[in-house]
Amino acid sequence: MGKATRQSFGEALAAIGEKNPALVVLDADLGKSTSTGAFMKKFPGRHLEFGIAEQNMIGAAAGLALCGKVPVAASFSAFLIGRLETIRVAVAYNKTNVKLAGTHAGIGIGEDGTSQMGLEDVAAMRALPNMTVLQPADDAETRQMTDWMVAHEGPVFIRLTRQNVDDVHDAAYRFELGKADTVYEPAGAKKGVKLQAAVFASGGTVGPAVAAAKDLFKRGFRVRVVNAGSLVPFDRDAVARAAADCQRIVTVEDHNVNGGLGSAVCEALAVQGLACPVSRLGLTTFGESATGPELYDKYGLSAPHIVEACLKNPG
Amino acid sequence: MPIATPDAKTDLKALTRELRVDIIRMLETAGSGHPGGSLSVIDMLAVLYFKALSHRPSEPAWPDRDRVVLSKGHACPALYAVMAKAGYFPKSELATLRKLGSPLQGHPDRLRLPGIEVSTGSLGQGLSIALGMALAAKLDGKPYRSWCFMGDGEVQEGQVWEALMAAPKFKLDNLVAVVDYNGGQIDGQVKEVMDLEPLADKVRAFNWHTLVIDGHDLSAIEAAYAEAAKTKGRPTAIIARTVKGKGVSFMEGDIGWHGKGPSKDEADRAVKEILNG
Repeated sequence: MGKATRQSFGEALAAIGEKNPALVVLDADLGKSTSTGAFMKKFPGRHLEFGIAEQNMIGAAAGLALCGKVPVAASFSAFLIGRLETIRVAVAYNKTNVKLAGTHAGIGIGEDGTSQMGLEDVAAMRALPNMTVLQPADDAETRQMTDWMVAHEGPVFIRLTRQNVDDVHDAAYRFELGKADTVYEPAGAKKGVKLQAAVFASGGTVGPAVAAAKDLFKRGFRVRVVNAGSLVPFDRDAVARAAADCQRIVTVEDHNVNGGLGSAVCEALAVQGLACPVSRLGLTTFGESATGPELYDKYGLSAPHIVEACLKNPG
Repeated sequence: MPIATPDAKTDLKALTRELRVDIIRMLETAGSGHPGGSLSVIDMLAVLYFKALSHRPSEPAWPDRDRVVLSKGHACPALYAVMAKAGYFPKSELATLRKLGSPLQGHPDRLRLPGIEVSTGSLGQGLSIALGMALAAKLDGKPYRSWCFMGDGEVQEGQVWEALMAAPKFKLDNLVAVVDYNGGQIDGQVKEVMDLEPLADKVRAFNWHTLVIDGHDLSAIEAAYAEAAKTKGRPTAIIARTVKGKGVSFMEGDIGWHGKGPSKDEADRAVKEILNG
């Protein structure tokens, strides 16, 4: 098991701070949880604490950005989208160079329960023009996305896990905006024979998806796992390839199935006129308190559920 | 483009009459918009742009310019009139207000009109943005100031109080918040819809240097801006008592004129009155 992506993000920010004097980090009393502590320690003058007042933090970030700073405003993603209208006007509509870091994505956070879980944040952010939406799967991808995000001119939302995640990328991996990457391709695929399934996962669900594909491989089923780190813009070509190469698509996201990754995949199929059965694993309800792994089991995101979905068509 | 910035001897009173006429004609041509709040804030914007603001109309992106945030974005006809007069764009463009393709949107849009610092219109957001701008100036050791113009009804938004709390923490003495306290909002009188009083006491309790002025007294406005510039260590709030629709008797204090354009006849009557006033 690797690090939580929030942890990798915090370390990356502290490293970027050395090279980029315009970078400032804003917190709303959750610095200890969003992992901005390393930046805070190294650059106290560029860490701006706003207290429990996210709207003001986001608005101030827009003002800082309009004056040449590169502000990263961090909080739980559930609390950031609680201020959606502020994000809509001050960040998206104004096209300000604000980076929103939403941590504590999904039921993976565990015991703290529903009010702390970001479960609709991707849907909200996908609906905003000018917003880039990213969700890294592991340490390597988080570092690269963080570098990219700070260098990029324009609004970005990055979604991060509280829980530790498996490393699914090797050192050679290079993040590319708008591209999904295949993190597991089964060996021995025969020409003219479709793979059992393609699993599209993002963030905390990529590890379970790879585990499921490896398990299925042992049992004679070939399944591809695609990591959709770039949620907006979204890689429609990867979906078209999956529809061509595989019998079915399974999407798995620690988020509501409406408006998130599952929706993005179905939209990509529909607008390209492609037909392929899709099972969407994710939430249709709120969450609850328990350990993260227990909740992944209960809400259908763990490897055994992904295995099951790969073996049959939906419905 | 010639810069029409008047010098110290300019007759500000005559200027504000001209700007009021521009507002009325603009709204008449547009057929919709917000005369009440434009006429209540115009004197303060006029004094700002022609007496206090550090800016270069021919170079709207000048890095050291003062930043102006019209948080009460619906009053943009007033801002457009002032900007045209100052030379940001030709006065003839005022006639395009609210029309397809115009840089003069129904609420200010920074990506369409150079000189607009931030797109506004969702009430309650501007002070946070102005605060961020003032904070950037402090972080960079720059001399520019940040000015935020809010409506009174807008102060009912929770975000305003978050920003009021934060600005003194960051010691933003380069930030000025002006409240255009005209007493009216869409659903009625502010004091009945959701009373703000005692507003000056509340803002003072949040550690702002707080002034209460007559927002139509040009020399009082100028003096308040000068006092804000001299105040060190904390931000300044100027609570300006104003009259909604000021300068046009049939609009003054009438909530009905919050958000509608005058007819040709109404506009003619209004202009006649302004020029005789």
